[in-house]
Amino acid sequence: MRFLIPLGVFLVMVIFLAIGLSLDPRNLPSPLIGKPAPTFQLSKVEEPSQALTPESFRGRVILLNVWASWCVSCRQEHPVLLELAQRQEVPIFGLNYKDQLTAARDWLSKFGNPYEASGFDQDGRVGIDLGVYGVPETFVIDKKGLIRMKHTGPVTPQALEKDILPLVERLKQEP
Amino acid sequence: MKTLILLLTLTGSSALFATEIRSFADPDKAARYDRLIGELRCLVCQNQSLADSDADLAQDLRNEVYEMIAAGQSDAEAIRFLTDRYGDFVLYRPPIKPTTFLLWGGPLLILLFGGVMAWRYARQRKPQPLSPLSEADQDTLERLKKTSG
Repeated sequence: MRFLIPLGVFLVMVIFLAIGLSLDPRNLPSPLIGKPAPTFQLSKVEEPSQALTPESFRGRVILLNVWASWCVSCRQEHPVLLELAQRQEVPIFGLNYKDQLTAARDWLSKFGNPYEASGFDQDGRVGIDLGVYGVPETFVIDKKGLIRMKHTGPVTPQALEKDILPLVERLKQEP
Repeated sequence: MKTLILLLTLTGSSALFATEIRSFADPDKAARYDRLIGELRCLVCQNQSLADSDADLAQDLRNEVYEMIAAGQSDAEAIRFLTDRYGDFVLYRPPIKPTTFLLWGGPLLILLFGGVMAWRYARQRKPQPLSPLSEADQDTLERLKKTSG
């Protein structure tokens, strides 16, 4: 019976270490969930004379996708966003984070533009207000302008079908 | 020349190169800024503080902290600015609240557990009955008593 105690301690350690290994340290809970999206006024990448503000999507459930032409994982998620845009289930807005205007526009014309509009956040201030720490990041914003979900890292088809789109459908039912 | 290069290599630390040079009119603000960026975590290189990290975001956040401190805002306001956006994760010293009770209390719990185990172990150990001295040992003892007395 004496061996039971060290065995128990060992098993508890194994369980905790296994949980620790399976967690993604980059996936941090955002304190912004349930809070209003920060206000901003940015010029549009596609048309710099026009402004993109939260008013542009007030009253609609939207995805706000943070991207940059220098971001490798953004290339990876890009086909997923393009396909989603074609399905017209939910409008996608972009936040072009710490990029060069010409590079961003080249990127969109080269790979396709899934965004209804992208705001040009050159100094990353809006990114900081959104708590962005790793591009790409995607926010689900409801009709009242509240942030309801944050997805860190590239949007995968699985994440879309399992988490993001079901939430979007639910939020569309809300007044 | 070689000595100079060696000296420069040995004295310059990477942390020194990571941060830009800041000037404050008030030395107290400079000290607060240095302490704050040493205590806040960079979200990109998660095991480095804002002071140590070379990441782009760390530089931006140092800028934010610098501007807030230079503008006369308090440490609490600067910390609040970051936790409102990035959560308690940016703090190397998280606040004590229900979700962090285990984190803060854990070491104490382990100490208590170890203490209880040690106490139980010590109590379980019964004193061994002494075996009586043999004839020869008894003689030696008597002899020693005489010589020392």
